[in-house]
Amino acid sequence: MEEPRLKVATYSREGWEFLMTTVSESESRLIVENAGIPVSKWKVANNPDEALNAAREIGFPNALKLNGSSIAHKTEQGFVKLNLKTESDFLTAVKDLQKNDIQDSNLLITEMLSGSREVIAGMVRDPQFGPCVMFGFGGISAEAIADVEFRLAPISSYDARDLISSLKTSDLLKEFRGEEALNIDATIDLLVRLGDLAKDERIMSIDLNPLIIVDGLPVAADALVELENEMS
Amino acid sequence: MTTDLKYLFEPKGVIVTGVSSHPGKFGFVALHNILSCGYVGKVFAIGREEATVLEQKVTTSLDSIPANEAELMILCTPVGVNEELIRKAAEKGIKAVFCAAGGYSETGEEGLKAEKRLVDLTSELGLVLAGPNGQGIVSPHAGLCAQIVAPYAPKGHIGVVSQSGNFVSSFLNYANQTGIGISRSVSAGNAAATEIIDFLEWFAVDPLTEVALCYLEGLEKGRDFFERVKEITKKMPVVLVKGGITVGGQRAAASHTGSLASDSKIFEGMARQTGITRTPDIESAFEVAATFATQPLPNGPRVLVLTTAGGWGVVTADAISQSSELVLTPLPNDLKETINKLLPPRWSKNNPIDFAGGETRDTIPELLSIASSHPEIDSIIQLGLGIQGNTANLVSTGKFYPEHGLERIVNFHERQEKRYAEASIEASLTSGKPVLVASELAATQPNNPMVKTIRDANRLCYTSANRAVSALNHLVRYSSWRNQSN
Repeated sequence: MEEPRLKVATYSREGWEFLMTTVSESESRLIVENAGIPVSKWKVANNPDEALNAAREIGFPNALKLNGSSIAHKTEQGFVKLNLKTESDFLTAVKDLQKNDIQDSNLLITEMLSGSREVIAGMVRDPQFGPCVMFGFGGISAEAIADVEFRLAPISSYDARDLISSLKTSDLLKEFRGEEALNIDATIDLLVRLGDLAKDERIMSIDLNPLIIVDGLPVAADALVELENEMS
Repeated sequence: MTTDLKYLFEPKGVIVTGVSSHPGKFGFVALHNILSCGYVGKVFAIGREEATVLEQKVTTSLDSIPANEAELMILCTPVGVNEELIRKAAEKGIKAVFCAAGGYSETGEEGLKAEKRLVDLTSELGLVLAGPNGQGIVSPHAGLCAQIVAPYAPKGHIGVVSQSGNFVSSFLNYANQTGIGISRSVSAGNAAATEIIDFLEWFAVDPLTEVALCYLEGLEKGRDFFERVKEITKKMPVVLVKGGITVGGQRAAASHTGSLASDSKIFEGMARQTGITRTPDIESAFEVAATFATQPLPNGPRVLVLTTAGGWGVVTADAISQSSELVLTPLPNDLKETINKLLPPRWSKNNPIDFAGGETRDTIPELLSIASSHPEIDSIIQLGLGIQGNTANLVSTGKFYPEHGLERIVNFHERQEKRYAEASIEASLTSGKPVLVASELAATQPNNPMVKTIRDANRLCYTSANRAVSALNHLVRYSSWRNQSN
């Protein structure tokens, strides 16, 4: 097993303390995908040839990311190349990323989702209230606006529907500039599944940031899962 | 499991400790309130000196008290003597202790230890412990006002529990003002053994309590509260005001979701999920609880507005449109045709139904009856009543009264107002739907015959249409939540 890199100590009123491990994006994608949550098409590659094959299979434009448990916040570190339109663009990007000497990393090729609206969803364990599901507005403005709502997991479809409609800016999820309205039933299904993932007590948190609304359906363009560190 | 708290609220006898002849001391005040508010059980007073206080014999020791005559002890004595008092009282068959005395965990380390001893002792003796550092218990159906402050309250069906004693008083003040009474009230004080959630659970099984009204501050066991309150709200509405932020540990900062989480966000989500009716302030909390206690639950969101004149209807329609749950339902055709026969053509022909002054003496009662029984209407807000009573008030206090036929017209106006109010109550009782009457006269002229008739029937007349809309909005939301939860 890979040596976990990112360790986060947390502390609650009860005084318990543990370490958490962020798993790689590909592992994160597997975890949420296995739970029935839609994620953008993806493939992992270990060398440029594999990467190019994967890119052809996924199609252009696509995105290329360095993939590994030590590089959870890829964008900030410049480990993401977006919107690669041609094979030559793609191969240049592969070379660029391979200049970074990151241990235990490989390449992740993902579909570029087209949709102008982003939402975010997540799961987190609150020391006071236990597992919670979050849903709200994404994009770079998310932290400034913070129009997000929480419910305690597991959640029912009634809870999920109420969560979506209780967003202050839920009107933004309606039909918008020729784009379809957010499919509420699909979003409810996603949020219920996200809440159900909290039943696995090893999972400490999940970020689906962003989810792109494609033809009305929310699809995760990125996934980040934190697990309880088994070694602690 | 629900702790049986009946000995706090329906004891067959009460012991008060710390009683002296000084009318400013807690022991005196508690004894006074118990004796003067009409408690029917036996009362025993314990003080430092033998005396007669408020015609009540005060003894210096529990030894002289007969066994099994009292079930509740109100402690108004200092920390140092309370444990001994509790031991002795247990021997005398006491079942519950309300510790009004302060000096416990709110004072620091020593107090915290004393509080722990209090909890351990009562637990060992199998006694219910409420408080310490709480202002007391009010249980009007038992005639009990075991409180170290005012007020008492009329009998009713709202169960009050608060982490702040002052807000118990606030809620009870509103109960006195409106006449919408309470079943029980308790200030949880430091809630050392019996917590807010324990009281709520007991209210849910108490046959006299139909709605809980709660002020909550700190919450240490959030998940436990969540799991338990959602079972309570399946049986009974819980109206809640949350003050301050919850106590919580730091969250993992690595996850984006965690960084967006806050106590208030999660509490708000928890409240919506559990069907808690949350209001931002004490006054609206009481009003909403009083609405739950006096109106049936609506089956759906469709509201009909009846008004005798334009402006009220317009403002109310706006408020309904801006509400989160209510629907200003289009007027059903068959209802429109029926009304065409009752009113001259200038009526609004839409919802709100605005009579435009075209009503006769029978129109309002007739319309209330017809509209409330219509299957496509879930609730009614009635506006513009009280005008005739207001006129009667001016005329009957004017210099021409009772000559010039004024006595007769005043009597007519007053009779009509009473009829309208009765018709609104009748419409609600017959149809099983909420019918809310709103008029500023509820505040400005409480003796208006319309206002008085509604109050005498133990219902609320709302001081504005917006407040009626807000209360109704809460009822619809809760009703919808409860339907899906059961």
